[in-house]
Amino acid sequence: MPLLEIRGLEKQFGGIKALGGVDFHIDEGEIVSVIGPNGAGKTSFFNVISGMFPPDDGTIVFDGDNVAGHLPNEITKRGIARTFQNVRLFPNLTVLENVMVGQHCRTKQGIWGTIFQTKAQREEEQMIEDNAKEVLSFFGTRLAGYRHDQPAFVLSYANRRRLEIARAMATEPRLILLDEPTAGMNPKETVELTELIGKLRSDRGLTVVIIEHDMKVVKNVSDRVVVLDHGVKIAEGDYDTVSTNEDVIEAYLGRPHGEAGDDEESEYE
Amino acid sequence: MSLDPLTRRWGLIGGAIMAFTGAIGMLVSFDERILISPILSLGYLTLLLAPAIAGHMAARGKVSVLEEPEHDVAQGAQKGLVAGLIAGVFAVVFMLAVNPFDLSEFFPNINDRMFDMMTFDFGLGLGSVVLIVASALAGAAGGAIYGLDDEPREGVFRSAIWVILFSLFELVVSDVIEVDAIVDLIYARGGGLHIWSAIIIGVLAWWLGVRYKGRRAELTQMAKDSEAGSRLRWSLIGVAALLVIVLPMLVGGIVNELLINVALFILMGLGLNIVVGLAGLLDLGYVAFFAVGAYGMAVLTSPLSPAFSPELNWWVALPVVMVLAAIAGVLVGTPVIRMRGDYLAIVTLGFGEIVRILILSDWLTPFLGGAQGITRIPGIPLGATSVSGTSPELFIYMTMLLVGVAAYISYRTQESRIGRAWAAMREDEDVAEAIGISTVQAKLLAFVTGAIIASFAGALFSAKVGTVFHNSFDVLVSIIILVVVIVGGMGSIRGVALGALILIGVLGGPKSQGLLGEFAEFKLLIYGAILVYMMLQRPEGLLPSVRRSRELHQEEAAQDAWLDKKGSFIEEPEASV
Repeated sequence: MPLLEIRGLEKQFGGIKALGGVDFHIDEGEIVSVIGPNGAGKTSFFNVISGMFPPDDGTIVFDGDNVAGHLPNEITKRGIARTFQNVRLFPNLTVLENVMVGQHCRTKQGIWGTIFQTKAQREEEQMIEDNAKEVLSFFGTRLAGYRHDQPAFVLSYANRRRLEIARAMATEPRLILLDEPTAGMNPKETVELTELIGKLRSDRGLTVVIIEHDMKVVKNVSDRVVVLDHGVKIAEGDYDTVSTNEDVIEAYLGRPHGEAGDDEESEYE
Repeated sequence: MSLDPLTRRWGLIGGAIMAFTGAIGMLVSFDERILISPILSLGYLTLLLAPAIAGHMAARGKVSVLEEPEHDVAQGAQKGLVAGLIAGVFAVVFMLAVNPFDLSEFFPNINDRMFDMMTFDFGLGLGSVVLIVASALAGAAGGAIYGLDDEPREGVFRSAIWVILFSLFELVVSDVIEVDAIVDLIYARGGGLHIWSAIIIGVLAWWLGVRYKGRRAELTQMAKDSEAGSRLRWSLIGVAALLVIVLPMLVGGIVNELLINVALFILMGLGLNIVVGLAGLLDLGYVAFFAVGAYGMAVLTSPLSPAFSPELNWWVALPVVMVLAAIAGVLVGTPVIRMRGDYLAIVTLGFGEIVRILILSDWLTPFLGGAQGITRIPGIPLGATSVSGTSPELFIYMTMLLVGVAAYISYRTQESRIGRAWAAMREDEDVAEAIGISTVQAKLLAFVTGAIIASFAGALFSAKVGTVFHNSFDVLVSIIILVVVIVGGMGSIRGVALGALILIGVLGGPKSQGLLGEFAEFKLLIYGAILVYMMLQRPEGLLPSVRRSRELHQEEAAQDAWLDKKGSFIEEPEASV
């Protein structure tokens, strides 16, 4: 049974059909890329899975339960974490606090424990901090040491992206949705992050869905590629199959005139 | 010499302030309070402070980050003189314009006393000249002070501030000293410092400042060091606690009464601080929970409660009141759970008024007494006695106890799982929800915690005053609590305490007078002026929390962080990949 199985997912905003009946599945331990031209509905797809918008129709079965229409925090608690295309950290919290807050749904101390400083509360605080540091160490020296106590807004763009992934990892998900994780990174940083995405699976045992525009990254990390266009899935398969698919090329480049089509395939290399 | 436009602008502003404070009667009213007998009253201080500040600002000129400011006494004095002159001329023109333009129709406070005051009792002819000269001299002094080097300038400020503090807080100081003979040495019979005691205080403040300058740097250094710092902090907290315990015994009933009002507002400020400062929910109807606390306590303890009067002991009733407030928190919180920002503010504003109007309504009048209110609320039983507003020396300790509880709750929640969830929610509600925080729960918890703390204040209030009426709970109370929190520093416990001390203690609360009765009429004006100034110059408040000041000064903080760790930035790219 797949970890996540989506059938007939539909979402409409006003007159625009962002998702027009998408079917999708991912098995435990897979890395699947979702690609498509701008406005294809990729981010809407993530927003609906993560519960930020309820779907108009369709089912989202995660680990055997239909989670369509649940609140985002319930979905996160079940084990789906996400990052955002336009990095959305808590800028005035420190780096460490950003990750600590990610553990909220895995911890349970309430107001009483806080006020009376019970032993359980103190132990849990310590655990949250240790876990957060451990998660940050996943990024090597990038977010280590003095960075822990810096507010998130002083970070460089690439570090913000890393921190967002760390925050998502802190929710202890089984499935992580990465929305353009390498956008705005330089080639070196992109290579580094590509390796880390692989490690998310090999070291952390996570299943990963990734929206990505950088085809090098897509080629390197994905077991399978799903192509969306105008809210519909137009192709699916391994990278080579998809990158030579006529419909995909057309979606990205428009209908080729004469010989033009052959050259432009290099876009995907 | 051509006229610097900045000098002109500040001169005109100074003159406008002089004219305005005169026109609204502030000068005359402030003239009652003598600061240094017999030469200086608060009114004249206000009158001359305007050109002095104008002179100071004119001498400062345009502030540039790149250039070191010039410090030249003569040049500063010259600019200040011009600005002060302009201000004085403006004020005289205003006085001359009163009759031809019938200004007293709009400003009923323009009267002979104002003229007498602004002309230094010399009559309009000679007095105008005197006013212009005095204003120019004040401006020159302000400008010259700017021209001084750092150390003497700070000395002048410190001396001036301490002299003014000592004279303004005459009541507190003489209460603390108690021995009349010593008090008479410092203060004149009719109020105000003697000239020579003012000089001694000024010189002492200057000397102590210079003497302990090095010590202070040492202490700040020590505070940064973790071990010595924590010892220092604890000893400071110890001293503060001791002061808090001992002070009410030393000061008299009037000051204690004031302190009780301050403490009630600290309580409500702390509660609102959780809702607004920590959780970021702008609640403009916070007085509703105060009302629930006060009326709850009234109904449960007063023998005259109209429909239901169990006449409980205050201590027994308190938990019930807390539960009532918690229910009120949920009732107000639930409908607004999906609202944000402005909408939340407007709706809560409405709720605040709804509660007050409900108290007056036919529906609740049989239970809450409507316009008649509830009277004969007993005090707080403490051993054999009953503590109420008639014994402020004891009641203050009750309020302090609950302030302590509220401060402790705020302190603990700030750096906890719940506090982090609130902070996250304040920063970005959608993302907070997306990373697994139930914003519904977090918001309700904030409302309920805030409501319970406000109910403490309400419970104390009804026991103190002995009566509750609907008009103690109007919208102004909500606004003033919010102002206390904003001026003090959002998200900061110390800030709220300081804000309440300054605004409620010195200026006066919505229904109570502050230490300076003269301010009563102009309280809201001064509140407004402080608020505008704070928003422009120090939006994070007087003693802000770290997060809050980061929020408002992101760019500077980012630069500082970069400068601090410049070395690490350079080495970093090699560190990985």
